[in-house]
Amino acid sequence: MTQRRNLQGNEACALGAIRAGCRFFAGYPITPSSEVAEAMARELPRVGGTFIQMEDEIASMGAVVGASMGGVKAMTATSGPGFSLKQENLGYACGAEVPCVIVNVMRGGPSTGMPTRPSQGDIMQTRWGTHGDHSIIVLAPASVAEAYSETIRAVNLSETLRVPVVVLLDEVVGHLVETVDLDAIPAGAEVWRKFATGPREGFEPYAVTDDLVPPMPRPGDGYRSHTTGLTHGPSGFPTQVPDQARAAIQRLSDKLDLHREAIESYRTRAIEDAEVLIVAIGITARAAQAAVTDLRAQGVRAGLFRPVTLWPFPEQALRDTVENSGARAVIVPEMNQGQMVLEVERLLAGRAEVHRLNRIDGEVIAPAQIARKAIEVLA
Amino acid sequence: MNEVKKIDYADDGQFCSGHVACAGCAEALAMRVILNSVGQNAVGVVSPSCSAVILGGHPLSSARIPFLHGTLESAAASASGIKRALRAQGKDDTTVLCFAGDGGTYDIGLQALSSAAERNEDILYVCFDNEGYMNTGGQKSSSTPSGAVTGSTPLGKATQKKNLIEILAAHRIPYIATVSPSHLNDMAAKMDKAKAIRGTKVIIVLIPCLPGWGVADHAAVSTARLAVESGVFPLLEIEDGLRTRMHPEHKIRPIDAYLAQQKRYRHLSEADRAALQAEVDANWARLSAQAAL
Repeated sequence: MTQRRNLQGNEACALGAIRAGCRFFAGYPITPSSEVAEAMARELPRVGGTFIQMEDEIASMGAVVGASMGGVKAMTATSGPGFSLKQENLGYACGAEVPCVIVNVMRGGPSTGMPTRPSQGDIMQTRWGTHGDHSIIVLAPASVAEAYSETIRAVNLSETLRVPVVVLLDEVVGHLVETVDLDAIPAGAEVWRKFATGPREGFEPYAVTDDLVPPMPRPGDGYRSHTTGLTHGPSGFPTQVPDQARAAIQRLSDKLDLHREAIESYRTRAIEDAEVLIVAIGITARAAQAAVTDLRAQGVRAGLFRPVTLWPFPEQALRDTVENSGARAVIVPEMNQGQMVLEVERLLAGRAEVHRLNRIDGEVIAPAQIARKAIEVLA
Repeated sequence: MNEVKKIDYADDGQFCSGHVACAGCAEALAMRVILNSVGQNAVGVVSPSCSAVILGGHPLSSARIPFLHGTLESAAASASGIKRALRAQGKDDTTVLCFAGDGGTYDIGLQALSSAAERNEDILYVCFDNEGYMNTGGQKSSSTPSGAVTGSTPLGKATQKKNLIEILAAHRIPYIATVSPSHLNDMAAKMDKAKAIRGTKVIIVLIPCLPGWGVADHAAVSTARLAVESGVFPLLEIEDGLRTRMHPEHKIRPIDAYLAQQKRYRHLSEADRAALQAEVDANWARLSAQAAL
């Protein structure tokens, strides 16, 4: 029997996380993400989980790091200004390889910006918000069902790769209500981090393994471990020995490169013979999808490339799509002054003309705008 | 015992009509008294809160003095900077005013407020305390009292309201006062007093939130009055963190009528209400003893 229900994107994130085994949420109220916290406050106690409302955004992220190190799958949710405050602890989680999930529901910025209006202004903040060389995974759902399934994937990826994963929604996807059947969405088997086994004596918490993901000591198992934000070698203790420091920092990005196939995800539509290709995420991708349908009806060969994993960007897939379709023009509509387009330009390096379509007025980009732009660039 | 002085505060239009507070919200009323008391030689800092919404943005601001709408955690820090900058320019007579909600004061803004108090910055800090994050749809804050239902405490908050007054008193700042929109003369008198003191002054205003507390649109002021009369929110002053003054005659009824006006308490059992009453009575007794010293 199917259970179709009306569900909001933010609530779907909460339910997806719980489905994937998340049992800890620490958060702080911020528009337009507060419903994630409210849903967790209602739902987590029912499954024996813990919800804490913290005193600020910094503490929320600190608590998530602590809970994850304590052996529980942990998540928080926020929006632009709060995400900025979380950056130090987010960097800590990257450096100390603490699995965790951060939902960021984008609103207009900079600063307080337009709290209730949609934006895609955090595309670069999610990638480069915290300081120093680091790697991170960012998933960008475009529907309520996908907010659910991608949050499940976020929990699983963070566990298997010991890396923070950001679920990046825009305000529209966060507050969108759609009819979904959660039971029909495959959740797969529950995934846990690899726990340390073997002798306690001489245990090295950051020893390099074949998969570049060191097993975590489970609290209470008796391993002595040292966890720090300082650059650390296999022992977990700080090091400034150049070779060890280089290897430690390098492994963090090599780790994601090695598992790229499991991380990357994208969807395409009508790309085979596309002469104009639209690259978009989130609610803008929904508009682009409608634009592609309209354009096709007018005889314009338009196609859509939608990164679901935003970072690391599906590089080869985009290059191949442009190559194989022979598209001569690419349009990147986004609700910012042009962030994802920089990555697209870098990747295509002249293989096709890249056009921008930006909106920073707190309004969504309409299908007709994208269609007009497509006709204009092909003329 | 300290008598409430009957005074007429001058309303010379420092708070303009056309503000965007919810219909019936008592925060606009309190803001009118406070802004008129502060007058024209003042600048304000406001952190994201209902106050920021009510004050609005240029050119439709409801205040006649300039306001820096800062970040949620920084009101006291930004005010410190403004005060020092004015002093450096020889404009030390200008009042630097802070408006913040309880989230921006008890929670995320506490570090900045505590540090400003420790430095005894010459600022006048007003916390409009509606006991929750009402501007993001009504989640709990550390000012939410025990038992109250909010968006993030769906079964009622399990722990007590943070005692900010005693935390501030421990900083030994020159002046702390609690005021209520139900006692406007008291509010105006305390504002006048605060304005004349150098150093950190903190005023806490209890604002019953109509949607957040589940109070009828006409009942904001009467709910605030019941909070005072039941001893839930004692009107007091603390000077230099040591000398407490309050009004023993204010507490004239049990908390039942206060609780009955609010939906956030309607799930409480008889035993829960008795526990709350005991909490209020104990707090009142402790403050009274302090005031008698």
